[in-house]
Amino acid sequence: MSETNVIPGSGSPDAFDIQGRETLETRPVIPLGQKGYEDGQPRMGFFTDTTVCIGCKACEVACKEWNDVPALPFELTGDSYDNTGALGADSWRHVAFIEQRKPVKVVQDAGLTTPASGDTDFRWLMSSDVCKHCTDAPCLDVCPTGSLFRTEFGTVVVQEDICNGCGYCVPSCPFGVLDQRQDDGRVWKCTLCYDRLKGGMEPACAQACPTDSIQFGPLEELREKANYRLEMVHEAGVTDARLYGADEEEYGMGAFFLLLDEPEVYGLPPDPEVVTRKLKSLWGPAAVAAGAMAVGVVAAFAGEGR
Amino acid sequence: MNARPEVSVSEEARHDGRGTGAEARSYYGRPVLKEPVWSREIPWYFFSGGLAGASASLAAAARLAGNVELARRARLVVLAGAAVSPVLLISDLGKPERFYNMLRVIKPTSPMSVGTWILSAFGTSVGIAAASKVLGVFPRLGRLSGTAAALLGPALSTYTAVLIADTSIPVWHEARREMPFIFAASSAASAGAAAAILTPVEAARPARRLAVGGALAEIAGVEVMKRRLGKLLAEPYEKGEAGRYDRLATAATGLGAAVMGMFGRRHRSAVVAGGALVLAGAALERWSIFKAGFQSARDPRYTVIPQRERRESRARADG
Repeated sequence: MSETNVIPGSGSPDAFDIQGRETLETRPVIPLGQKGYEDGQPRMGFFTDTTVCIGCKACEVACKEWNDVPALPFELTGDSYDNTGALGADSWRHVAFIEQRKPVKVVQDAGLTTPASGDTDFRWLMSSDVCKHCTDAPCLDVCPTGSLFRTEFGTVVVQEDICNGCGYCVPSCPFGVLDQRQDDGRVWKCTLCYDRLKGGMEPACAQACPTDSIQFGPLEELREKANYRLEMVHEAGVTDARLYGADEEEYGMGAFFLLLDEPEVYGLPPDPEVVTRKLKSLWGPAAVAAGAMAVGVVAAFAGEGR
Repeated sequence: MNARPEVSVSEEARHDGRGTGAEARSYYGRPVLKEPVWSREIPWYFFSGGLAGASASLAAAARLAGNVELARRARLVVLAGAAVSPVLLISDLGKPERFYNMLRVIKPTSPMSVGTWILSAFGTSVGIAAASKVLGVFPRLGRLSGTAAALLGPALSTYTAVLIADTSIPVWHEARREMPFIFAASSAASAGAAAAILTPVEAARPARRLAVGGALAEIAGVEVMKRRLGKLLAEPYEKGEAGRYDRLATAATGLGAAVMGMFGRRHRSAVVAGGALVLAGAALERWSIFKAGFQSARDPRYTVIPQRERRESRARADG
């Protein structure tokens, strides 16, 4: 046994040196507005195909284990099998369970016998939610310390040694992903396993997913795969299936989804916006208002003799 | 691929349980957004920063007009506001000991970063101006710093409106065009009121005018904002804690302005009473806006319904 603890299949022993040895590293700096490095590393992301999610929560567990995310207090919500509730500082993957009364027709294939096959009036939607690693990330835009940054993989990560817990990213996120850890004061979220990516491994959740509902890879490839999968699902008759976050023309996400119902059913915003890029309508009125205030102050002295 | 049953949803079922634009579906009624983690320091800072900023402009204008009495009192308000503001901001941080990380970057995309620099420059200018006055040294530098503070004042009073508007909170973001005017008006009203309270009646006329004018503009601004937000998004400003604060703010501001406008010329006591009401109204209005943001984040309707309507109207426009 060597001294270095190598995780099987990693192919890059240095990255998994858990003996606490310090290695020098340089932080990548990407100019504002640029999505990633021009050449070399492609933008990486997640494609979460909810049509094959079985709600096992292996992603939640793997994420907690790998990233050392604190446990939540044990609490039963009564909302189907969901006892996590939502994404937050201590939940970087969240499996949603939706029980719907909706007639579903099971189309049987030749050569396969299904016990008790037939129509049912119930369906169960499951989806593993995660930080979207947005193309234009509002959290990254508003962070006043530069703690949030875009990595060489095109992902959005909080540097915990910089974050001073100002909390600005929390309400800026259109998906309610970021939150402050109460006892710690800082903000935490999915890093898309930045450490694992650096070591050439896939994120813990994707590796743990037993049905490949969570797929990891270069975003362009994932989008191709997702479009193909959507066609397949549509052809099978599930016409309300749709991609969420795959279109860069609308709201680009580094982690996108194949959903079986409207986004809001899963707790996702139906039409998210990059609020931080409306600089004109944000600062314009403020400039006019500031000017008006100055004029008002001067006007208050009108008719006053020296 | 064909070795398993395929699931299809029947045609008639597709219309079942599907939300229209008017009703919102959600995930067990849970919020889509996270509520801000800011605590009571923040609305108080909106008040104190606004007060200090507008007072700096008032002090400079008074000096230019030769109203030394008023200028001196307004400067005291500036000093108090400039001293309290950074303390409030730093104590709200999750890691206050790391406040200086704000100063490691200048980030135009972050109103908080821009504001940090505005407040830092403002505080430094006020400090230099005050030190020069008290110690009687470097008079020219002192005056220059006072002027700098006066010019930064309006920015300090209004950037906080941009700060909250630059979030995904619907009642803040959708009010981004009106919010700076409310903050400016409210700041001017509070600066006028504070200076009027401290200054002898004869010298305080411009301060009283500023208080009354600002108060009326503040009430009008809130009304315009609520109208433009529409029925749904105005709701959080009218319900619960935010609604209570808003009604109190309007009453206090209106009454304060009336008392000061009618009796302020003769009675110092009326100025004190009216000024206190205007100040209370300005603080309450900031609290109302602050709380409305939390209330709108908590209820998924305020996120989902406007977004669905937007998406549907875009789809209609596309044909």
